[in-house]
Amino acid sequence: MSGFLVSTKINGDAFQFACPSEETLLDSLRNRVGLTGVKEGCGTGDCGACSITLDGSLVCSCLVLAAEADGREIGTVEGLSDGMKLHPLQEKFIEHAALQCGICTPGFLISAKALLEKNPKPSEKEIRYALAGNLCRCTGYDKIVRAVQAAAKEMRKK
Amino acid sequence: MSHDTSYTKQKFKLIGSRVNRPDGIDKVTGRARYGADASAPGQLVGKVLRSPHAHALIKKIDTTKAEKLPGVKAVITSADMPDLTGGNRSMLDILENCMARGRALYDGHAVAAVAAVDEQTARQALKLIKVTYKRLPHVTDVDKAMLPGAPVIHDWVFTSGVDPKPEKASNVVQRNQFGHGDVEAGFAEADVIVEKTFKTEQTHQGYIEPHACLATVGPDGHGDLWVTTQGHFHFRQVCAALIGMDVAKLKVTSSEIGGGFGGKTHVWMEPVALVLAREANRPVKLVMSREEVFKATGPTSSTSVDVKIGAKKNGTITAAAAELRYQGGAFPGIWGMLGAMTSFACYDLKNVQSVGYDVICNRPKVAAYRAPSAPMAAFGIESTMDLVAEEIGMDPVKFRIKNAAKEGTQASYGPVYGPIGIGPTLKAAQNHPHMKAKLRKNQGRGMACGFWFNFGGQTCTDLNIGVDGTVSLAVGTVDVGGSRASLGLIAAEELGIEYEQVKVHIADTASLGHNDTTEGSRGTFSSGMATIFAARDAKDELCQRAAKMWDIPVSAVAWKEGKAVAKGKRHNNLAPLTLKEIAAKSPNTGGPIAGHNEVVADGAGVSFASHICDVEVDPETGATKVIRYTVVQDAGKAIHPDYVEGQFQGGAAQGIGWALNEEYIYGDDGLLQNAGFLDYRIPVCSDLPFIDTEILEIPNPNHPYGIRGVGETSIVPPLAAIGNAVSNAVGVRMTHVPMSPPRILKALDEAGV
Repeated sequence: MSGFLVSTKINGDAFQFACPSEETLLDSLRNRVGLTGVKEGCGTGDCGACSITLDGSLVCSCLVLAAEADGREIGTVEGLSDGMKLHPLQEKFIEHAALQCGICTPGFLISAKALLEKNPKPSEKEIRYALAGNLCRCTGYDKIVRAVQAAAKEMRKK
Repeated sequence: MSHDTSYTKQKFKLIGSRVNRPDGIDKVTGRARYGADASAPGQLVGKVLRSPHAHALIKKIDTTKAEKLPGVKAVITSADMPDLTGGNRSMLDILENCMARGRALYDGHAVAAVAAVDEQTARQALKLIKVTYKRLPHVTDVDKAMLPGAPVIHDWVFTSGVDPKPEKASNVVQRNQFGHGDVEAGFAEADVIVEKTFKTEQTHQGYIEPHACLATVGPDGHGDLWVTTQGHFHFRQVCAALIGMDVAKLKVTSSEIGGGFGGKTHVWMEPVALVLAREANRPVKLVMSREEVFKATGPTSSTSVDVKIGAKKNGTITAAAAELRYQGGAFPGIWGMLGAMTSFACYDLKNVQSVGYDVICNRPKVAAYRAPSAPMAAFGIESTMDLVAEEIGMDPVKFRIKNAAKEGTQASYGPVYGPIGIGPTLKAAQNHPHMKAKLRKNQGRGMACGFWFNFGGQTCTDLNIGVDGTVSLAVGTVDVGGSRASLGLIAAEELGIEYEQVKVHIADTASLGHNDTTEGSRGTFSSGMATIFAARDAKDELCQRAAKMWDIPVSAVAWKEGKAVAKGKRHNNLAPLTLKEIAAKSPNTGGPIAGHNEVVADGAGVSFASHICDVEVDPETGATKVIRYTVVQDAGKAIHPDYVEGQFQGGAAQGIGWALNEEYIYGDDGLLQNAGFLDYRIPVCSDLPFIDTEILEIPNPNHPYGIRGVGETSIVPPLAAIGNAVSNAVGVRMTHVPMSPPRILKALDEAGV
């Protein structure tokens, strides 16, 4: 197998893994790094369940080759909370029942965090368009939008 | 021990509160493990080769090259999955759907499978399998499949329910008729009769998590299956039977489930994973791609429906009739029958008749999709209800209220209703501020009603009290949408303790008796019932232990608000004992304290909803936007209102997708053209408004807490509600779902608008 040795920083920690050249970052994160919080819903960049940040930019990890992550920083849902302290988005998703099955939740949290970092006071419409790349089939998005609104409010207090 | 299931008007302390779900932290931190998230030492990667043809004879499968590829540990075809069903045709259908037997019946039908050391090798092995096909004529349209000259897909299908029994095989599986009265006489009495034909296209449940499992079978014939499923006990039964294992030797664990909506009630590929694991003597992980999910799991039926309703000028319906033709995919189903049963269930009708046909086509085997078959029937009937109301010049809500079923009405499908919610949901909709809101140019409002039976079924729970007084509740109904929170509330309510003292688990098949699948909106209804009774058993035991601790007769002990209380003046010096205090002493008073219950939860109360919808249609492009949506539904009793609202909103959103955009698109070659989320577009966040909900609580008399299932009914009204809204916005009656922009423009064009 021709492959790559990929050196990354994942959720703040240095991490190295080897992978075949054609492997997606999604598959490496799940199967080689063990971060199964990153989900595969489609493998074609349509559902957003595999959303991560790469050097701070929001990407679908199924559309990135693992080799491209060499020398870069990766953020996943596993790195959202600060020790025992949940991120306000995580707290508000639970409080507002913004998840039913929960498979899309990691992707939504990463996308919503990316939104709130750029725009701390988004309108409902801005939230809806920012999250339009993440599919949820259970909730009709109602409680997700409300949870993001509540988290934004909470984060602005700080 | 039998328990009284009747509703008791109990006053609640916790039920109805919005507590945090017990699996919340796991799901927001990425720790929750779904179907594809499990691994086993030495596991192989499984992959399936699928038919590229809609219908073809499989003349030869040559696997020699694949078998020789280094790293390939097993290659199987139907020859490795012999028919052990003993003449049970419906079980053989499941086996044949998992792996084609001599004939590929649809685009995507499994033909062979491999297990290899890694993804790359497995993929390469599939390419090395040579299949020689001979293409056969195909049919994918339900009406065409019923025509006399249509290619007959199975030579063993003879239409049942017709007299005389046909001598020739056809694609029509069965005809089912429901109703009562004399519809011809009823139509003769009518002042107005409306007749119309409707079509709906095939849609998929669209759960975000693809099917996935991890299978292990040892040489001793013992196996483990970790799988994303709505019913692990059902999966155990089916898989064990199909591959010749003893039921008790196969342990099935349900993973966290990433959506199901009916699509994960059926076995699609798990026997293949087990056979691969057995052949290779290694664990095999089999995960579907999204394309495989669309092509080779069960979407819902496409349909063609004729409706005829007659009414007096005063608004009384004199007769109603429907003929419903449901495409069921490559194997027999019951979908037309269900459609016919649900058709007119909302109304009190003197003369009613509905006839359902189940039809086979070269499409994937249809599966349940949330209130299966009801939305399509409702599209036809509720659209026609609006047309009749218009003809007689009556407000469509008033027209429905006038004809609504009520307690004592004989349902069109047979039974006599107890207390039901159709009238109350209609009145709540009529009085809702949404009904009075102003509409602008190009906007229209529609409403529609919906019905679903609900189901109870076999249920079993275990409630174990730890020495520290915390409670572990093991249930066997897979949690698809937050039921663990509801069941925790029920256990805490019943025992009189805090919600936080209870932890709810979904037990595997080795740890609990059989539980029916989470379907028919039964999770909270049936496991709720079993939890109440298990808790009551535990309370009896707690009283025994308290009596022992006090050394008084158990008849002098009662359970009140989470404490054992000694009754009678003689014992008023005894301070009440809390559950925690009794539990702490349990090692010395008789050992562990537990409650247990097995029940066939009968009496699932029927469910009704009324939806209101406003849309705006762009007359240039035909694009439709839902601008306001309101769901009113009877929940019996909302145990956890957040998750009840969630079911209302989620069902409405799926219905909106179905009404406006989602459809399976087949080419003339019988191949599916849009097997991906890009081209089969489900609603995204920016497509939808907030979805308002109003929960009504008309207690189900057959449940101690009054619970009715809430999961499914919310997908029934949207097709028709949106159809009525779009028709009102553009002034042309829409009869074909989805009402996608090209279809709306065509309808406007044909009407000369």
